[in-house]
Amino acid sequence: MIKVLQYSFYDLIRSRWSYVYFLFYLVLGFALLFLNNSISKAVITLMNVIVVLTPMIGTIFGIMYYYSSREFTELLLAQPLRRRTIFLGQYLGVALSLTLSLVFGLGLPFAFYGLGQSAEMGNFALLLLSGAFLTFIFVALAFIIGLRNDNRIKGFSYAILIWLLLAVIYDGIFLISLIIFEDYPLDKFTLIATMFNPIDLSRILILLKLDISALLGYTGAIFQKFFGTQTGLFTSLGVLIVWTLVPVYFIVRLARKKDF
Amino acid sequence: MQRYLGLLGLLLLNLPLWGQIRVCADCEIKTIREAVALAQPHDTIFVQTGVYQENTIIINKPLVLLGQGQPVIDGNHNGNLIEIKADSVEIAAFTIRNVGVSYTKDLAAILLTKADHFYIHDNRLEKVFFGILVEKSHHGRIVNNVVSSEAEEEFTSGNGIHLWSCRDVLIKGNELFGLRDGIYLEFVEQSTIIDNHSHDNIRYGLHFMFSNHDNYYDNTFERNGAGVAVMFSKFINMKRNRFYKNWGTASFGLLLKEIYDAEIENNVFEENTIAINIEGSTRVNYFHNDLIRNGWAVKVAGGCYANIFENNNFIDNSFDVSYNTKMNDNRFLGNYWSSYTGYDLNRDGIGDVPYRPVKLFSYIVGRTPETIILLRSLFIDILNFSEKVSPVFTPDNLVDEAPKMKITHD
Repeated sequence: MIKVLQYSFYDLIRSRWSYVYFLFYLVLGFALLFLNNSISKAVITLMNVIVVLTPMIGTIFGIMYYYSSREFTELLLAQPLRRRTIFLGQYLGVALSLTLSLVFGLGLPFAFYGLGQSAEMGNFALLLLSGAFLTFIFVALAFIIGLRNDNRIKGFSYAILIWLLLAVIYDGIFLISLIIFEDYPLDKFTLIATMFNPIDLSRILILLKLDISALLGYTGAIFQKFFGTQTGLFTSLGVLIVWTLVPVYFIVRLARKKDF
Repeated sequence: MQRYLGLLGLLLLNLPLWGQIRVCADCEIKTIREAVALAQPHDTIFVQTGVYQENTIIINKPLVLLGQGQPVIDGNHNGNLIEIKADSVEIAAFTIRNVGVSYTKDLAAILLTKADHFYIHDNRLEKVFFGILVEKSHHGRIVNNVVSSEAEEEFTSGNGIHLWSCRDVLIKGNELFGLRDGIYLEFVEQSTIIDNHSHDNIRYGLHFMFSNHDNYYDNTFERNGAGVAVMFSKFINMKRNRFYKNWGTASFGLLLKEIYDAEIENNVFEENTIAINIEGSTRVNYFHNDLIRNGWAVKVAGGCYANIFENNNFIDNSFDVSYNTKMNDNRFLGNYWSSYTGYDLNRDGIGDVPYRPVKLFSYIVGRTPETIILLRSLFIDILNFSEKVSPVFTPDNLVDEAPKMKITHD
C-alpha cells in the first residue's frame, strides 16, 4: 500500500495542479494578511474560504484523479496486489498531497507574519485540521462516486452535485425546516442536523473557537454547553473522524466487488 | 501678602480649633457615634487610622467627617452603616465595609434621606449590599469613590450608587464593580454622571429609570450584564462613553427602552453581544459613534420612530442593523460600513451605490433565533446577496444613501 501511496503521491506532487493549488493558498494567505493586518481577522475570512473551497477542490480533484489514473489502476490490477491496497493507496496519495498543499500554502504566510507569538495559534491549527478533514472526507466521497460510475460525465456531475448538496442545499433545507418548525424546541434537532454535514460541523467548530459562541448561546444554552466545552470539541472531532472512516470503508467494499 | 496668608494658615492649622473633634483608639472620644452626638452643627470630625466596629451612625446635623489615614468602619454585616438625615454633610476618605444583606430592606454603607448639598468623596466601600443610597436629596456630589461587592445573584445583591427621587447630583470619577447595578437612577432629574468606571457588575453598569434631563459623559462600562440600560426616560445626553466586552448570551452595550429625545454621540462600542438594543425609542440622534466587532451593532425591536444615525462607523460587526419589521421610520445617512462593497467613481469619499444595512439573514435570525447556527454559511451568503439585489423581506426604504468610503475620526 505504501508503494502505491508513494507512486500516487509523487505523481501528484509533480503535477501542475498541486502547485496551482498550493500557490493559490499561498497567495490567498499573504493577501489576507496584507489586507487585514491582523491575524485574528484573517483567520475569520479564511474560515469562509476553507469551509467552501476545500470540499470542492477535494471532490473535483479526487474524481479527476480517479478517472485519469484509470489505465494505471488497470495496470496495477494485473499485478499480484490486493485491491484494497491499490485503491486506499491512491486515495491516501490524493488526500495527502491536497492536505499538504493546504497546510503549507496557508502555513507559510501565517508563519511568516509571526503566528507563533500570536494568540490565534490554536484557532489556526483547528482551521487547518478541519480543512484537512474536509479534504479527506470529500476525496473519499469522490472515489466512491468514481468506483460506482464508469461514465465520466455522470461521475463528474455526481461529484459536483454532492458538493453542492452538502455546501449549499443542505443548509437551505436546514434553514427552511428551522423556520417551519419554529414553534417547537429546536435545539436538539439543530445539534443533530449539524452532525450530519461535515461542512456545517467544521464551520461551527471554528466559529465557536472564534468567540462567536455568545451569539450562538443566545438561542439557548444547549449549543454553548455542547460546543463550548472540551467534550463538544472532541465529539465534533470524533464525528469528523467517523465521517472520514465510513466513506473509506465504502471505498474498500466497492473496490472488492467491482468488475473492471 | 501671600507669605502672611501662608503664616495665617499655619497658625490656624496648629491651633486646637473650636469646631473640631478627633476620634481615635487612644483619644478621649473613641467612637464615631459619640463624636457625632457631641458635635455642634457645621463641626468637623477627624477620624484617625483604625478599625471602628460601628453601624447605624445617624448624622442628623450638618457635619464634616474626614478620615485621616483611611480609617475603616466595619459594620459586621449588620444594618445601615452611616445614615445621613441632615443637609450639608461631607464624608471623605473612609473605608467602609461589610454591610448587612437583607431581602426586605435596602441596607447601605451610606444612606442619605432628605439630605441636600451632600458631598461624599474619596471613600472605599467594600462588601456592600447597597453602596451609597440617596433618597429625596438634591444638589449633591459623589466623587472618586470605589464601591465594590461580591454579587453573585441579582436578588441577593444591591446597587453601587443608587439615587431615588433626586435632582442636580454630580456622580464623578467613581469605580464600581461586583455589584448588581453599578449606578442606578430612578426619578433623578438634571444630574450628571462623568468619568466613572463601572465594570463586572451582574446586571447593568448604569441604569436609568424614569429619569429625565440627565447627562452621562466619558464613562467606561466593561464586562457588565449590560453596559447601560436607559428606560422610560426623556432628554438624556450620552456622550464619549466606552462600552466594552459586555459579552454573554443576553448582554447589551446600551439598552434603550421607551426613550424620547436623547443624544448619543461619540461613544465607542466594542465587542458587545448587542451593542445598541432599541425598543420603543423616538427622536434619538446617533452621531459619530464607533461600533466595532459586536455581534449585533444595532438591534431595533420595534416601535422606533424618527431616529437618526449619521456619521457612525460600523466596523466588523456580525450584523450591522437588525429589524424585525418591514416598517422603517429611521434615517441612516453618511455612515461608514465595513461590509460595504460599492464604489466611488467621482472620488468624493461617498459611495455611489446606496448601502442596505439590514441583511435578510438578520431578519431570519430575528424571527427564528436558532437559525443563527447557519451564520457564515455559503447558502446564507447567497440568500443575502439575492435579497440585496431585490429586497422582499427587509425594509426597502432602509438605505444609507451616502455611505462613507473611509472611516471618519472625529
